[in-house]
Amino acid sequence: MATAVGLALVLAACGGDDDGGDNGSGGGGDGGSAEGPTGSVSINSTQPENPLIPTTTNEVGGGNIVDAMWTGLVSYDSETGEPQLAMAESIEPNEDFTQFTITIKDGWTFHDDTPVTAQSFVDAWNFGAYGPNAQLNQYFFGPDGANIAGYDAVAGQTDDTGAFIEGSATSETMSGLEVVDERTFTVTLGSPNSLFETIIGYSAFYPMPESFFTDQAAFIEHPIGNGPFEFVEEVPNTSINLRAWEDYPGDPKPQVENIEYRIYADLDAAYADVVANQLDILDKIPPVGLAGDVWKTDLEGRSASEPLTTRFTSLTFPLTNTQAWADPNLRKAISLAIDREAVIAAAYGPGNYVPANSWVPPGNDGYVEGTCGEWCEYNPERAQELYAQSPGVQGTLLISSNADGGHREWVEAACTSIRDTLGIDCQGDFNPDFGSFRARVNANEITNPFRTGWVADYPSIQNFLAPLYTTNGSANDGGYSNPQFDELIQQAAGLEGQEALDLYNQAEELLAEDMAIIPLWYDNGQRGWSENVNEPQFTWKGYVDPLSISVKS
Amino acid sequence: MGRYVARRLLQMIPVVIGTTFIIYALVWALPGDPFAGRCGARPCPAAYVAEMTDKYNLDDPLPIAYLQYFGNLLTGDFGETFQGLSVGEELLRAYPTTVRLALVAIAFEILIGIGAGILAGLRRGSFLDNLVLVSTLVVVSIPVFVIGSVLQLFLGMRWGIFPATVGGDASLYNLILPGFVLAALSLAYVARLTRTSLAENRRADYVRTAVAKGMPQRRVIGIHAMRNSLIPVITFIGADFGALLGGAIVTEGIFNVPGVGNLIFRSITARDGVMVTGAVTVLVLVFLLVNLLVDLVYGWLDPRISHG
Repeated sequence: MATAVGLALVLAACGGDDDGGDNGSGGGGDGGSAEGPTGSVSINSTQPENPLIPTTTNEVGGGNIVDAMWTGLVSYDSETGEPQLAMAESIEPNEDFTQFTITIKDGWTFHDDTPVTAQSFVDAWNFGAYGPNAQLNQYFFGPDGANIAGYDAVAGQTDDTGAFIEGSATSETMSGLEVVDERTFTVTLGSPNSLFETIIGYSAFYPMPESFFTDQAAFIEHPIGNGPFEFVEEVPNTSINLRAWEDYPGDPKPQVENIEYRIYADLDAAYADVVANQLDILDKIPPVGLAGDVWKTDLEGRSASEPLTTRFTSLTFPLTNTQAWADPNLRKAISLAIDREAVIAAAYGPGNYVPANSWVPPGNDGYVEGTCGEWCEYNPERAQELYAQSPGVQGTLLISSNADGGHREWVEAACTSIRDTLGIDCQGDFNPDFGSFRARVNANEITNPFRTGWVADYPSIQNFLAPLYTTNGSANDGGYSNPQFDELIQQAAGLEGQEALDLYNQAEELLAEDMAIIPLWYDNGQRGWSENVNEPQFTWKGYVDPLSISVKS
Repeated sequence: MGRYVARRLLQMIPVVIGTTFIIYALVWALPGDPFAGRCGARPCPAAYVAEMTDKYNLDDPLPIAYLQYFGNLLTGDFGETFQGLSVGEELLRAYPTTVRLALVAIAFEILIGIGAGILAGLRRGSFLDNLVLVSTLVVVSIPVFVIGSVLQLFLGMRWGIFPATVGGDASLYNLILPGFVLAALSLAYVARLTRTSLAENRRADYVRTAVAKGMPQRRVIGIHAMRNSLIPVITFIGADFGALLGGAIVTEGIFNVPGVGNLIFRSITARDGVMVTGAVTVLVLVFLLVNLLVDLVYGWLDPRISHG
C-alpha cells in the first residue's frame, strides 16, 4: 500500500510541475508565453496508412501526427521515457493494482472548444475495443495491454482458425469503465497490472470529442484532438499541415507555429532535402547517408546519433512446427558463432548499431547489462564445442527474413560468421517485403531460425518480455513456452518498483538458459536538421518531439 | 477514319479487361495474408481482418471478386485505400503533376534530341556528329538512377542551383531537373534516330529530285526531308509520352515528385492493393489512348499511311 501511494504521489508531483508552468488563470486564451509560437518547419514523414484515429493508427506516418495532435492522460519524458501525468491530475491505484481512479485536469477542451471530460476517455476506449469497429489498436484494451474488465464481451470471439465471429460482441461498453463525475472515472482491470499508468500513455488511450461519435466521416476529413497542435489540412501523398493551437492548456507550449509533415516515398529524397536545407528535420538517416559516414560531413554540426531505447532485433527459433531446434546447445552454439560487431560493421557501418547482450535495450527501466551472459559473446571455440555436443543442423542452415530494409545484408553477414565458425553451410531465405515475410511467420510456416524485430509500444521492460515470450503472448512468433517464465511475468504485473523489476530480470535469466531467442542488437537513431532550426529533441520512441522544435531567430 | 477509330476502341475492351484482371489477381491472389505486416510483429486483430476482408470482397472466389471490382470501375468507382481516401481522387490529384513532368521531359526530347539529331545528320562524320554520337552513347549506358542521383547531388545539394526535390510545389522550374533526368535516355535515342533517318532521306530519290529542280536547300531539308524523317521519331516520342504518363517510379522517387509513379511505389510498399490496381488500370487506359493518338498522327504526317 505504501509503495502504491508513493507512485501516485510522484506522478502527482510531476503533474504539479506542469500546472506551475501555466500561469494563466484556468486555460486562458492568450496562449501562455509572451512571444507565442513562431515560424514554420518541415519534418519528413510517410503517408499515414490508416485514418487519423488514435485507436486505429499503429504506424509511424500517422502516429507522429496523432501524437502531436493529442495529449493523453500520461506522457513520457523524452529524455528518460519516464511516464508523467499530462492530462490526468491524479491516477490512484487500489491495493492490488486492479482498480484505478483517474481524475483529469479542469479546463481542457478539444480543438473544437468542446470540453474534455471523463466521458471523452471512456467513450474513446469503448470505441477502440468494440469488435465491429475493427480498430487496429484493439488489443491495447485487452489482456495484452491494459486488460480492462469486460473486454471480452466488447471485443467479441474468434473461432478455431482465429477468424472473427460476426455478431459475437455482446456489449458496446466495457464493464470495467465507470464514469464517476465530469472529471473522474474508474477503471477496473481483469488482472493486477502495476504498469497501467505507463500503458495508458500510448496513443490508443487518447480521448475523443463528441463530434467523432456522431460523424466519423467528417472527423476523418478533419481530425480534432486536444493536444498542442491542431489539424490544418492534408494533401495526400504530399504533406500534412498542423498549426500550434492557441488555447493549449498544457505545458510545455509549442514554440513553432506551423509544422509541415512532408511525405516522402523514398527516404533518400528526404536526406537530399535536409542536406540542401530544404527540409528542416529528418528523423532517420538512410543507408545512402550512413555509407562511409558521409552524413557526418554532409550534416556537420546539425546531426546526432543516439541509442534508441525502443528497438530490439533478434533471431528466433521455431519450436512448435519442428524438432530440429529442440536442443538448447545447438541454439547456443549458433548464438556464440555470430560475431555481432562484425555483422553490424558489414551491414550497417561500424558502430551504427549496438550489439545486444540482453533482451531489453538499455535505457528501459529494469535493464540489466549482460543478462544474456557468455551466450551473446562471440566465442568460436565454445561454439564449436557446443555444436559438437548437439545433433547439429541437417543440411543447410537457413535464416529467414525480408530482403528489404537492409536485412538481406546482415543475414548474409551473419551467415558468413556462422559458416566460418561452425563450418556448416548457411544461407539467407528471403521474402521480398515485410508483409509477405510476416505472413509466413504468422502462419507458423518457417522451420528454421528467422528474424524478429520489436518496437516497444510503451517504455517498460514488461513490453519487451510479456508479449514476446509468454506462452500466449500476441507476438510470440517462435512458440517459446516456459511455465516458470509465464509465472514470473504474471507475478511481476502485480508488483511495482524494484520488486517487479527483480522478477522481470529473473525471467530474463530463464531466456538466457533456453536461448530460444538470440539477441542480436539494439538500434541507434541517427538524425539531422537544417540550418533554420535549433537542435530538436527526440521522444523515447526516437521520433521528433514537436514541442521541442524551434526556429532560429 | 471514324471506322478505324471505332475498331481500335473496340479492340481496347478485351485488352483492358485482360490487363485489369491480371493486375487484380497479382495484387490480391498472391499467397499469404494481405494484412500481415500491417500490425508490426503482431497479427492484426481478428475483427479488423474480418472487416477488411468483407470491405474488399476477399472472401469471394477471385473471378467474382474481380467482377465486383470491375463493375464498380465501370461506374467510375475506384474504391478506397486502407486509409479511407478515394482512389479516384488520389489519381486525379497525382495526374496533373505527372503530365506536367512528362511534358517537360518531352520538351527536352524535342529541343535537344531532335536539334542534336538534325545537326549531326546534316554534317555526317563531322566533329559535331561524333560528339553527338559519343555523348548519347554515354547517356544510354548510364542507368537513370545514377544520372538522377548525381545531378541531384551536384545541382541540388552541393551547388543549390535547382531544388534537391520537388515536393508539393510542382512548378515548371522545380520540374526542370527531374524532367531532364527523365528525358535523358529517350533524348539520346531521339537524337540518334533523327540523325540516321535524316541522313538516309537525304540520299532518297525525292530529295535528289527536289534539289535537281532547283529548290532552295532550306526548303528541301526543312519541308521534304524533315517531314519524312520525323515519322519514326514521332512514333518514338509518342510511345515514350505514353510511357512517361505511366509515371516514372525511379525519377519521381529520387526527386520526390508527387505524381503517379510515386503514388504506385508508395502503395506497393504500403501493400495498399486497391490503390495499386486502380492506378495501374488508369495507366493501361492512358497508354492505349496515347498509342491510338500516335497512330492517328501518322496519317496526318504521311498521307501514304491511311486509316480509311
